[in-house]
Amino acid sequence: MKAYERAIQLMLFISAIIAILGVILITYFIINEGYPVIRKVGLWDFLTGQKWAPTQEIYGIYPMIVGSLIVTAGALILGVPIGIGCAVFLAELAKPKIAGIIKPGIELLAGIPSVIYGLYGLVVIVPTIRKVFNNQGFSVLAGSIVLAIMILPTIINVSESAIRSVPLDYKEASLSLGSSHWQSIKNVIVPAARSGIIAGVILGMGRAIGETMAVIMIVGNSPIMPKSILSPVRTLTGNIGIEMGYASGEHQQALFATGIVLFVFIMLLNITANLIPKKVGE
Amino acid sequence: MTESGITSSSVNKIRKNEKIAFAFLWASAIITVLVLIAIVGNVLLNGVGHLSIEFLTREPENMGKDGGIFSIIITTIYLALFSLIIAAPIGICAAIFLTEYAKEGPAIKIIRFGTESLAGIPSIIFGLFGYVFFVVFLKFRYSMVSGGLTLTLMILPTIIRTAEEAIKMVPMSYREGSLALGATKWQTIYKVVLPAATSGILTGVILGIGRVVGETAAVIYTAGSSLGLPNSIWRPGRTMSVHLYILASEGLSKGNMYATATVLIITVLIINFTANKLIKQFMKA
Repeated sequence: MKAYERAIQLMLFISAIIAILGVILITYFIINEGYPVIRKVGLWDFLTGQKWAPTQEIYGIYPMIVGSLIVTAGALILGVPIGIGCAVFLAELAKPKIAGIIKPGIELLAGIPSVIYGLYGLVVIVPTIRKVFNNQGFSVLAGSIVLAIMILPTIINVSESAIRSVPLDYKEASLSLGSSHWQSIKNVIVPAARSGIIAGVILGMGRAIGETMAVIMIVGNSPIMPKSILSPVRTLTGNIGIEMGYASGEHQQALFATGIVLFVFIMLLNITANLIPKKVGE
Repeated sequence: MTESGITSSSVNKIRKNEKIAFAFLWASAIITVLVLIAIVGNVLLNGVGHLSIEFLTREPENMGKDGGIFSIIITTIYLALFSLIIAAPIGICAAIFLTEYAKEGPAIKIIRFGTESLAGIPSIIFGLFGYVFFVVFLKFRYSMVSGGLTLTLMILPTIIRTAEEAIKMVPMSYREGSLALGATKWQTIYKVVLPAATSGILTGVILGIGRVVGETAAVIYTAGSSLGLPNSIWRPGRTMSVHLYILASEGLSKGNMYATATVLIITVLIINFTANKLIKQFMKA
């Protein structure tokens, strides 16, 4: 019986380390495939090169790095206030009945596939931008709007649980000193939940930088520096997604090299979010 | 507040600020819900008219421009089952290890870090990895196996986390009762803890299905995008999300595009509804 229990424990342990093995394998294979191009071009030139022309063997991803950052920044500007607002609403204002309608809605928003978001961007947001600004419509702005929607669930869920973890004493003490409900929220509750809210925003940022399909469908994908928020743009993920279908040889390795840069960005964001305590007292 | 202390005008100002702030909070929540309604509504309104039994049961023709999506639905189910059959046991076992066996320490920290990292990796990176590892390195080609194994890794964190939460919710007294009756640790887990946590664990599995059904980037470079029924696990195939992506980006057929999107949205709605039901059932028990 003892041996049997030990065997089971071993099987459970092996299952538990498969996730970490997966991360190691992913890291190794992406780096192994992409590194030759980075070595050939030089890391600095690869990161700061303005020109991406695979047919001439010129690989510079600076426009895509800027593209990813600018689309993400736009998504945060639009999504963070609404996300935090909605989280505060759910934790402080909403009656259970109203929260009971909104919460499943947010779960659904998180469950909608990225192609559906891309489709909505393609048939509604891009044409609207085209009409209003009289341009091609595929733009940084279109990408930022769609990504802002896509990161809402992450920001709302993490922020709401951070706000809910603020001890009731804080709020009661503030109210009993004569503060209004809003003053208590603004000066006591939100500051106490600050680190959890920041973690939520960072996780949302990771999701925005990593999103591929929805972005490809609506940002135009020209590998040049965007001049304004109405210009078309290509992101790091878009660079991979657009060309993976036909690239081969060194060109394909250059896409893996783009993947390395994306991977490093995401890992830094995730590690930062993980280091931040998400609930009060954690 | 002003130095003159509480005056009626400063109280009015506080009231006014509160009104404005609360209006913003209400607006945030309403915008969130409206956006959801707009997206789901747009797809359903444009798509339901194109839906028919024929669309669901006929094969795609002219690269999906005409005909239905029969083999695409089958491929999607195929791929979801394949990845679940592998991911569910591994995920549940990992969760049991983390909750019932592991002692807090560096080992468990590393395992948790691995799970968290895996959850944060974007799907395009999974796509790259699946392509270079399963398709090329292991020579599995574009196939259900390559796609299924890539998706297994992707949904593992969801299943582990949900199962962990569910197992943790089982009261300690259940375990103590079983152990006191002379059951071994594994017997206790297998016969007492797991049955009590079933509906919670199933929630994670169902959310995993949702991710497989909605995934595009990781699937298109591993399972491929060729039409037709995969008649073995070594054959490529096209899932609903991939089909929708191709129809939308190539502008092939508006009708079939919306109809596919509608089937996809309805699938996601059913999955979410089921997961919510299960959570409620679990919370009650």
